[in-house]
Amino acid sequence: MTTKELTCVVCPAGCRLKVTLDGGKVVGVEGNTCARGKTYAESEITHPVRTLTSTVTIITKSGKKLLPVRTDKPIPRESLLEAMKIIRSVSANAPIKTGEIIVKDFIEAGTNLISCKDETV
Amino acid sequence: MHKKLIIIGGGPAGLSAACAAVDRGLSASDILVLERDSEPGGILNQCIHAGFGLHRFGEELSGPEYAGRYIKMARERNIEILTYSMVLSLTDDRCVTFVSPALGYTKASADAVILAMGCRERTRGALNIPGSRPAGIYTAGCAQRYVNIEGFMPGHRVVILGSGDIGLIMARRMTLEGAKVLAVCEIMPYSGGLARNIAQCLDDFDIPLMLSHTVTRIHGKERVQGVTIAQVDENNGRRPIPETEQYIECDTLLLSVGLIPENELTRGANIALDRMTSGAAVNQYRETSAEGIYAAGNVLHVHDLVDYVSEEAEIAGYAAADRILGKSKESKKTVDIHTGFGVRYTVPERIDLSRDSEPLKIFFRSDNVYKKVQLIAETESGKILAKRTKTAVAPGEMESLEIKSDDILDLIGTDDKFIRVYIKEFGGDAK
Repeated sequence: MTTKELTCVVCPAGCRLKVTLDGGKVVGVEGNTCARGKTYAESEITHPVRTLTSTVTIITKSGKKLLPVRTDKPIPRESLLEAMKIIRSVSANAPIKTGEIIVKDFIEAGTNLISCKDETV
Repeated sequence: MHKKLIIIGGGPAGLSAACAAVDRGLSASDILVLERDSEPGGILNQCIHAGFGLHRFGEELSGPEYAGRYIKMARERNIEILTYSMVLSLTDDRCVTFVSPALGYTKASADAVILAMGCRERTRGALNIPGSRPAGIYTAGCAQRYVNIEGFMPGHRVVILGSGDIGLIMARRMTLEGAKVLAVCEIMPYSGGLARNIAQCLDDFDIPLMLSHTVTRIHGKERVQGVTIAQVDENNGRRPIPETEQYIECDTLLLSVGLIPENELTRGANIALDRMTSGAAVNQYRETSAEGIYAAGNVLHVHDLVDYVSEEAEIAGYAAADRILGKSKESKKTVDIHTGFGVRYTVPERIDLSRDSEPLKIFFRSDNVYKKVQLIAETESGKILAKRTKTAVAPGEMESLEIKSDDILDLIGTDDKFIRVYIKEFGGDAK
């Protein structure tokens, strides 16, 4: 049995977690103040994921601007830089609404890159 | 021009206060929100990272999405937001002078004013770092605007001074955009940012956080060529230790060394400020020393989370609406809130006691990192009003204690003139 300390990144509370491992398997989580902390610890040990936010170019009537975007689900942490490469090659056209999909099946099937802002013209 | 309620600032605080005032019964046509930028939303528009709204909306939103929710709520309530409007002055009898392309130079009186101007960043000038004045030195928020709104990178090899949240967020953002972030130096022995940001912005990308370190010299004439950093001596006024100096070659230095509430207008109106928060001193309704002028959000004190800004602005919005609608609670007595051991400041700074008081929260920050503590609010005569046990507190994370309405009622009948909020360390054994 080994223990590992983690900072939960699920919410800004940033709980300090103490994870007990048995042969790479999580057998106990302490320090979490909600159920999501336990889920986070398990995922973080086996397969860390992160929500990625960035910007893409959007073409509007008044010229090129930046549109804030994010993944609608966390993606594997090791894919972050690869995801940024795709984002750099993508652009969008106005009008666009918050939540609209920019890239479908982004990095993983069922995960999308979505707009974070309404851009009307 | 006369408006019943004028709100200065159309960021998260201003929008939330405006919506709250309408929800309390004030007509939207009696409200004017003045915003100096081209669109409402304030600094959230450039905060494209996620993590906003978990408390408010139960979802992890990006800054623009969080702003978008409040902009939509304001539009649904038909609240007028006048953009490109710069307020020039404010008086303590609630006269607001502003300029805007739509209305020109305008003097407006109001029955209530809510200050929601937010805060701004501390700059190099406040730090006294020796060296020349080359290009390549930015505040973290300035770099954030360049990268996320204007669309260009301010540099490629970056050192960040200060571990405030914006600096941590920018360490990740610049790394994702292809820059190399060499180090984050923090003069204090602990970070001023949230623990989650250290984990997901620095640790994820192997960016070193150098605690008890500062920048002692900036090199370069036209452009930053490098910085000298050194460890500081905790026991000698955090003076740099010369033998620990090291040179880091870089083209950019980002400063994330604190935020200051933007209170030029407040000062101009002769409103009393709290020296510790750099914001107005307020009662539990967020009313300042000037009757009918309220303050909420980062203009009052710098918050950790926008969710708390919205919450605080609602308090001010409700109170302003109550005042206008003649429903303010009658104050029987005022008690001050004093800071005791370990507490740097509290908000509010005073409580107006009334017969029908609602429970209220006292927000505060510790002045240092303390482990195994009790957070206590007690009356002048020693009655404990609220107590909470925590494994650790740090200045970077705001704490709060709730005072019950019965206790507020009881205080009216006593001679107590203040409530004291303090931190008690209980070491390893006690519960």
